[in-house]
Amino acid sequence: MSTASGSGVPHSKAATSLHRSASLVRLKESGIRLLLFLCATVSMLTTFGIVSVLFSNAIYDVAPQQVGANGEARPNEAFFQQVSVTEFVTETRWTPGYTEKHFGIMPLVCGTLMISGIAALIGLPIGLCSAIYLSEYAAPRTRSIIKPVLEILAGIPTVVYGYFALVFVTPYVLRPIFQDMLGFDVGVFNAASAGIVVGIMIIPMISSLSEDVLRSVPRSLREAAYALGSTRFDVSTRVVVPAALSGIIASFLLAISRAIGETMAVTIAAGQTAIVTADPLGSVATMTSYIVNVSKGDAVIGSIEEKSIYAVGLTLFLMTLVMNIISQFVLRRFREVYN
Amino acid sequence: MSDQQIGYAALLKRRHRISTCFEWTCRVATVSALLFLAALLAGVIWQAWGWLDLQFLTGFDSRRPGKAGLLAGLWGTSWLIFFTAIFTVPMGVGAAIYLEEYATDSRFTRLIKLNLSNLAGVPSIVYGMLGVTAFVRMFGMISAADGWTMALSLGFGTLEIPLPLGRCLLAGSFTLSLLILPVVIIASQEALRAVPPSIRHASYALGATEWQTIRHQVLPAAIPGIATGIILALSRAMGETAPLIVVGAMSYVAFAPGNLDTPMAAVQDPQRVLDAPFDVFTSITIQITNWIEQPKEEFQNLAAAGSLVLLILLVIFNATAIVIRNRAQKKISW
Repeated sequence: MSTASGSGVPHSKAATSLHRSASLVRLKESGIRLLLFLCATVSMLTTFGIVSVLFSNAIYDVAPQQVGANGEARPNEAFFQQVSVTEFVTETRWTPGYTEKHFGIMPLVCGTLMISGIAALIGLPIGLCSAIYLSEYAAPRTRSIIKPVLEILAGIPTVVYGYFALVFVTPYVLRPIFQDMLGFDVGVFNAASAGIVVGIMIIPMISSLSEDVLRSVPRSLREAAYALGSTRFDVSTRVVVPAALSGIIASFLLAISRAIGETMAVTIAAGQTAIVTADPLGSVATMTSYIVNVSKGDAVIGSIEEKSIYAVGLTLFLMTLVMNIISQFVLRRFREVYN
Repeated sequence: MSDQQIGYAALLKRRHRISTCFEWTCRVATVSALLFLAALLAGVIWQAWGWLDLQFLTGFDSRRPGKAGLLAGLWGTSWLIFFTAIFTVPMGVGAAIYLEEYATDSRFTRLIKLNLSNLAGVPSIVYGMLGVTAFVRMFGMISAADGWTMALSLGFGTLEIPLPLGRCLLAGSFTLSLLILPVVIIASQEALRAVPPSIRHASYALGATEWQTIRHQVLPAAIPGIATGIILALSRAMGETAPLIVVGAMSYVAFAPGNLDTPMAAVQDPQRVLDAPFDVFTSITIQITNWIEQPKEEFQNLAAAGSLVLLILLVIFNATAIVIRNRAQKKISW
């Protein structure tokens, strides 16, 4: 450090060599620092890469015209250079693979929102109630067992959830209730089964994050409420939950954002029928399942069908990004700080 | 008693009834979440029963369900995770060290940190789209038609790197690396933050430089936490399907990457090891997806057996992480 190259040292031989080795060490130090800095910038490059890939294929292509194998000029236009934004937003049909092509994102957004909605209906109450149970009622020992077990749900690969929805939820849960008892028609692929498993998937996200914030509410607040004659219900719902509300809402938003971006369970269980519908027992396509199905197929690179996945990807990216940013904002802006 | 007192007693009773109801609602919610988990595991095990045998683990995929196996997926996933670890560990830990130990609270640092938390929330399929454009097609800078191969002779074999990379294993690994990088960085940052500053101060007081302090004091103390984070991130990569489909993993492959189907073959024919990263690939998750989509009933059992293998691997990974964490907690006394 600074003592090694102190300016007050006379220029004896020893001092010079010390000085030189010190600058060598310094060189190494700044070299390592630079290397580590470059590592840190990789994450920035990733963001830049994602944005530029989506932008250049969906909005405006800056690359020079490519020439195909036989010397023919390949179409080199981004999605929105060929399809107007108005059509993308207002059209209600999504048929890029057909001869008569329509590019309206609405059916895909509708499918995504329906599945996320069903998932939220299942995941949010169960997740929040489990969080309250773990934080307010469970003994420390019970909590230390249940919490990691619940987190296993988050570690199960999504393809397994898809399998579970298709092979168990639809035939053994939805069919007996909705088809045999209530007389509705339950498709092999349906939004409800996908929504249910996505809901199960997001439970641990909500319960873990919410439990952390519930527990960080200071004890004194609870004790004050009990001293005033509150029941446990009053303490939980009128003191602890309001005090931790920002964290709970942030966890809800993160979970819904995860549900929107969830891919494999939805692709396997919900099918690929891109229609605007309110029927949760029929097949729907989501933004993510559309991207997977085009990637699996043989869409020609550079064709409008292939470009369309980037427009869908951009929409998906923006939706999840906005949810994440709002969740961070809520967490920061409305956090109650106790000392 | 006066009317008021009776009213109060009734009210109190009602409040306690509500409280008990609420407690049971919360209990039922927690138990139902646990039951979901139990049902899921029981269902998979029930369907896989009798299908998870040696033939399944040592055979390649087949059109006949009785003969189909997971070997191509096992090799594919092992290679993918191996390369993902090689890329992610130095980059992730390096970035975390920079952010925790070197970075001052500048605008750029804050931007990187904000960016990290947002990246962790980007859906995995979007990473797949980045991977297919950036690695498989290399932004179209070299068109696939006039692509060429860079050959590097290494003595025991030739390393042949195709440009653009194409739908090869390495492109899949790069994609998975970028996907788990934010997770690794955030976990490593937390591990580094847990090392008390007094250790750093003691090291500086003895005349150590910044890097010497990090290398010999801070890193060793943080390694258990970092390792736990890395293993958990890798197990997440192992369960990923969507980005691999987008990058172009093959749904039906009847050979291992580089034709390397036994560890012995790597010694007998090192060329196969060099070929593997640039070969087409599949993974356990991709094979499961493919089997789920087959119309024949028996393929559903295969999908369950594949899922069970994947779950067992994940349990092993997570158990390792927990063991590392517990042992470190016992050893450290600050």
